Amino acid sequence: MTSVPLLTTTDGRPLKAALAAAGARARRRALFLVLPLLVFVIITFVVPIGQMLHQSVYNPYFSRNAPNVAAWFAAHPVGTEPDEAAYAALADDFRAMQAAKTAGEAATRVNYTLPETRSLITKTARAAGELAPPYKESFLAIDPKWADPAVWQAMRSSSTAYTADFYLIAADYERSADGSVQKVPEKQQIYLKLFAKTFFLSALITVICLLLAFPIAHLLATLPMARANLLMILVLLPFWTSLLVRTTSWIVLLQQKGVVNETFVALGLIGDGNRLNMIYNQTGTIIVMTHILLPFMVLPLYSVMRVIPPSYARAARSLGATSWTTFRRIYLPQTLPGIGAGALLVFILAVGYYITPALVGGADGQLISNLIQFHMAKSNWSQAAALAAMLLVGVLVLYWLYDRLVGIDNLKLG
Amino acid sequence: MALPTYADPLERAWHYAYLVICGLIFLFLIAPILVIIPLSFNAEPYFTFTEKMLTFDPAGWSLRWYHALVSVGMQAPDAGTGWWSDMWRNSTWVRAAKNSILVGFWATILATVLGTLAALGLSRPEMPWRRVIMAILISPMIVPIIIIATGMFFFYSDPCGIIGANCGKLTSTYTGLILAHATLGIPFVIITVTATLSGFDQSLIRAAHSLGANPRTTFFKVVMPLILPGIISGALFAFVTSFDEVVAVLFLAAPDQQTIPRQMWNGIREQISPAILAVATILVVISVLLLTTVELLRRRSDRLRGVTGR
Repeated sequence: MTSVPLLTTTDGRPLKAALAAAGARARRRALFLVLPLLVFVIITFVVPIGQMLHQSVYNPYFSRNAPNVAAWFAAHPVGTEPDEAAYAALADDFRAMQAAKTAGEAATRVNYTLPETRSLITKTARAAGELAPPYKESFLAIDPKWADPAVWQAMRSSSTAYTADFYLIAADYERSADGSVQKVPEKQQIYLKLFAKTFFLSALITVICLLLAFPIAHLLATLPMARANLLMILVLLPFWTSLLVRTTSWIVLLQQKGVVNETFVALGLIGDGNRLNMIYNQTGTIIVMTHILLPFMVLPLYSVMRVIPPSYARAARSLGATSWTTFRRIYLPQTLPGIGAGALLVFILAVGYYITPALVGGADGQLISNLIQFHMAKSNWSQAAALAAMLLVGVLVLYWLYDRLVGIDNLKLG
Repeated sequence: MALPTYADPLERAWHYAYLVICGLIFLFLIAPILVIIPLSFNAEPYFTFTEKMLTFDPAGWSLRWYHALVSVGMQAPDAGTGWWSDMWRNSTWVRAAKNSILVGFWATILATVLGTLAALGLSRPEMPWRRVIMAILISPMIVPIIIIATGMFFFYSDPCGIIGANCGKLTSTYTGLILAHATLGIPFVIITVTATLSGFDQSLIRAAHSLGANPRTTFFKVVMPLILPGIISGALFAFVTSFDEVVAVLFLAAPDQQTIPRQMWNGIREQISPAILAVATILVVISVLLLTTVELLRRRSDRLRGVTGR
């Protein structure tokens, strides 16, 4: 075996090392170009999302205002009957809250876990000056509800700054008096139902978009270039038009005295008395969101259909296939990448939609985003964050799927 | 699309039915946008075509909603002298437009400069962790705006809180809005510029180097002119994103920081007035202009790169 002489560059370094160094330099240069933006996006986007996730499990408003009773909870296991020491600790906390005027925020925190406890706490804190030993009797004199173990359980779960309570609530669960987790009564289950409705409506909108986009994408793909480009403007103009403008025009078109109803009445299709309710309800949300998301379905379908060679379909026909068989067995399978890309994109965008349902959704056309906003408006930040985190997980799974199946690089705009 | 000669009558019938269906879908796409334009010239406070409008009676048409639009917030809308300066300074919608343009302009600059640099890096074959970084940079477009706005609300209320410092807050400031809108515009810049760069012939750079150009000259004389159409398209996308954004503004801006979308939002939520249609018409005209610009740029870019068709 002869030894291979080590290849070197002109300055005597081994070629392999020189190549590796050059490669590393090129990688560093490429990374260097991306770095400013990456840092920017991490600061203005990733960190805020992280902070939101933190907020969803962090709510110190009771624990930091009631350190004594929190210490008592920490020292005694779940299910311990509150003794005189517990009441005494609580009395100390209430006096401190009364002095610092923080009873409101502490009460609000407990109220999230057990509704209708807010007034109990604020009332007792206001009367903190009258609390005297024996404390238990003193508390019960202010309100007999203090004997309720559910109240103590709610305070126990509020007594740590970090809590999963808001996720429990968002999944329609509650803590019972003995600390175990149970499903809330059927009638009060709102969150999971709204998640289900959001996913169902998004799926419905995706299907409608697909049904509407398929014919026109096919037409655009088979027309000569010049005419296809002209018709493409009809798809791209809505894409470029302000969302609020499009929503406004649908309100104008679909309302009771709007263009569509007036036309139907004038044509005699419907009577003047029973005009259709097409806006400020679920129907309105579906129609307007379909219109807004349709271009996101047409564009990926079009770019896939454009490159399908027409000769396959002709070959199938010449071999005796009917036009339906040709479409079903030859053309449709070739459009699947476009269908997948478009459907995933439309579904992802629909699941998180906020503006349109808020403006035209009325009472029954609201989606999960609107509930997040509702909690934000009421300053129930942890609850809003928990719901947002759950929605975020759903969207990220879909996004990951999109990247695996379609590839982010293939995302096209017009 | 021509009908093949071997088509039987049923196929012929289906073909024409198909064309009609396509026509209806195109109508569904475009009619809502076009119908508000004539309605904004309605002389009556209705959202439908009056008889006078349909018979093209001049009395049925007017500019009253445009006048009403500009007059909101003006001190003396009927005064003859000083009308223009009054409008420029006090009209609610003009002020909202100025805010929108200010925020949009800076957000676009920020998103375009950072986005173009990043796209140049991402298009290099030796870029490490390309897929993950790309996924992070595109995610502001995918993550629902309500989640982004919620996160930004927490972060901007106390931006230095996580490092234990105190540097005031970014909510209710123009800086905060600009940063938020730039973040939302970045994915569009990345997508359009990387698309332009995907057909870019890397040997042109080597040719420039071999002819003695330094990296700076190469970038400004060779690369830049070729990818400029993509950069401008991306910038326009970023601007439109900012110009149309309302949720982040609702969450982050102070009550007096009005923008056009926010004004429209309020107008639609309260009593919707035909004056909204006047704004909508103006915005439609702007989007037609933007679309035309982007289409022309795209064609120019395809021509420059030697791509025909798409």
